[in-house]
Amino acid sequence: MWRALWQRTLAGAAVVLGVVTLTFLLLHLAPGDPATRLLGPRATADAVTAERHALELDRPLGTQYAHWLAQFVVGHWGTSIATGRPVRDILARAWPATVRLVGLSLLLSYLAGLLIGVVQAARHGSWIDTGLSLASVTLAALPGYWLGLMLVLGFSYHARALPAFGAAGLDWDLLRGWPRAVDELRHLVLPLVTLTLVGAGGAARYARGALLDVAAQPFVLTARAKGLGPARVWWRHALPNALGPVLTMLGLSLPALFSGAVFVEAVFAWPGVGGVLVTAVESRDYPVVMAATAVSAVLVVTGNWLADVAAAWADPRLREASPA
Amino acid sequence: MRRLWNDRRGAAGLVVVGLAAFVALAAPYITSGAPTADVLTAQLLAPGTVDRRGAFHLLGTDALGRDVWTRLAYGARVSVTVSVLATLLSLIVGVLVGATAARARGWMRATLVGLTDFALAVPRVVLLLLLAALWEPSAGLVVLVLGATGWMPVARLVYAEVRSLGQRPFVEGAVALGATPERVLWRHILANAWTPVIVAAALGLGNTMLLEAGLSFLGLGVQPPAPSWGNMIASGRDAIDAPWIVMAPGAALVLVATGCALLGDALRDALEPRQRHARVGSS
Repeated sequence: MWRALWQRTLAGAAVVLGVVTLTFLLLHLAPGDPATRLLGPRATADAVTAERHALELDRPLGTQYAHWLAQFVVGHWGTSIATGRPVRDILARAWPATVRLVGLSLLLSYLAGLLIGVVQAARHGSWIDTGLSLASVTLAALPGYWLGLMLVLGFSYHARALPAFGAAGLDWDLLRGWPRAVDELRHLVLPLVTLTLVGAGGAARYARGALLDVAAQPFVLTARAKGLGPARVWWRHALPNALGPVLTMLGLSLPALFSGAVFVEAVFAWPGVGGVLVTAVESRDYPVVMAATAVSAVLVVTGNWLADVAAAWADPRLREASPA
Repeated sequence: MRRLWNDRRGAAGLVVVGLAAFVALAAPYITSGAPTADVLTAQLLAPGTVDRRGAFHLLGTDALGRDVWTRLAYGARVSVTVSVLATLLSLIVGVLVGATAARARGWMRATLVGLTDFALAVPRVVLLLLLAALWEPSAGLVVLVLGATGWMPVARLVYAEVRSLGQRPFVEGAVALGATPERVLWRHILANAWTPVIVAAALGLGNTMLLEAGLSFLGLGVQPPAPSWGNMIASGRDAIDAPWIVMAPGAALVLVATGCALLGDALRDALEPRQRHARVGSS
């Protein structure tokens, strides 16, 4: 198992390096650069050349890449071209917000998904199963940004119960203790519910399939033949055995969830990595784009790795299996 | 086809997808006026009202006085065309990569498989954002971008299918009869590998449609004033007093994406009776 995990770690590092290299190439191949964005359309050719020289954009591409990578690895992430703030500060503020949102919604959506899946599998073929299937397909087909807008319309505009955007209120600095926690929680509700609802649809569909696969196996029949009640058969015998594939799926769904988070962050003005990335790409803010991409790739790869570890923990057969 | 129609999910999916295709094709005949015609006297009318010039607005009008139903119908053209083309592109790339990898040996196979796994692990939206934001936004670019980031699940399916079919007696028979490798691949192996690919395409179509709308919503896809469901949702964001502007395209999107997913599920059950259980399509 340790060897398999080590191999996964190496593969993950290769993915991060690949993403970063690809981003670098795309950024520099695309038309438009930060110098022209900074100086505006009226700048003279000389001024643009001078600015490009000052930003070290006129050096050979290979040199720029090697320089950036060497600096990035030792923690020198540079300063934002657009705002002049250190890139590390920008991301240090942004990534906890994204992790909070994505992590919590991942947890909640899979809990809800497993619950729905168990109910469906236990009542396989009944109208409850059909109804929940339709519901989960529809949930999975909801565009997060639209669902978010609808929730804002209902809960912020009509009911005036919850804040529509941001991660904290204007008076957040003045609050201490409980009021502060409540304020943060109230801001978290709508984006979290949006992402969780969309994610739960997919998770339920997958959990149902995995459970039905397991339920067709002989040991489930044995458990039933021993006279165990349906609740015990499903929760103690079927569910633990279906957990492995579900956990693997959880890891694989992480990139999609992160993608969803970018849209949801845009709707709720959530101060996360997605928002940073969108603005930075628009202003060709090379250092910020590179660092934000690297951070999101690391987050996704780490999540995948954790899901693999969890799957190995849930399934003893994987724990002992030699890597394929 | 009959089995598909008898499955309630299949019937519902076919009806919804067929309806979307009909609205897209017949847009000029079932609407009145151009989707970009601004009418200053008819701004933000509620659904079902008649404006001062006597025109009826089934789904109301937006902030520029444009008829929402007309824009929805013309937006269906964009959404359906772009996502169908993007799905086709990802199918072509996926089949080529998957089949080549399965028939190749040594470093070629390792490179293609590695490339697929790598592309699958990249957060898709990061690539989408980069590609879509760095060049001038247009419908064509969206097709390219969605196709270029959506081929991996297909490649994996085709790879597995071609490899397992390659071991079967009828393929050995074709080889023994002296068929060229190309002929074996296209006429014997791929001809039998279409089933999972078709299912993946149906499941992927809805997803592609959601992503296309998402890009247009962020302003990176189809550009206003041309209507697309995504940029209609974006334009309705600021007019919260007129929720119908956001509701109509969103509901259409959910309906069609759900229809595609149901159709995909039913197709799989009809074409692959051995695998009855739902499997989630990859995004």
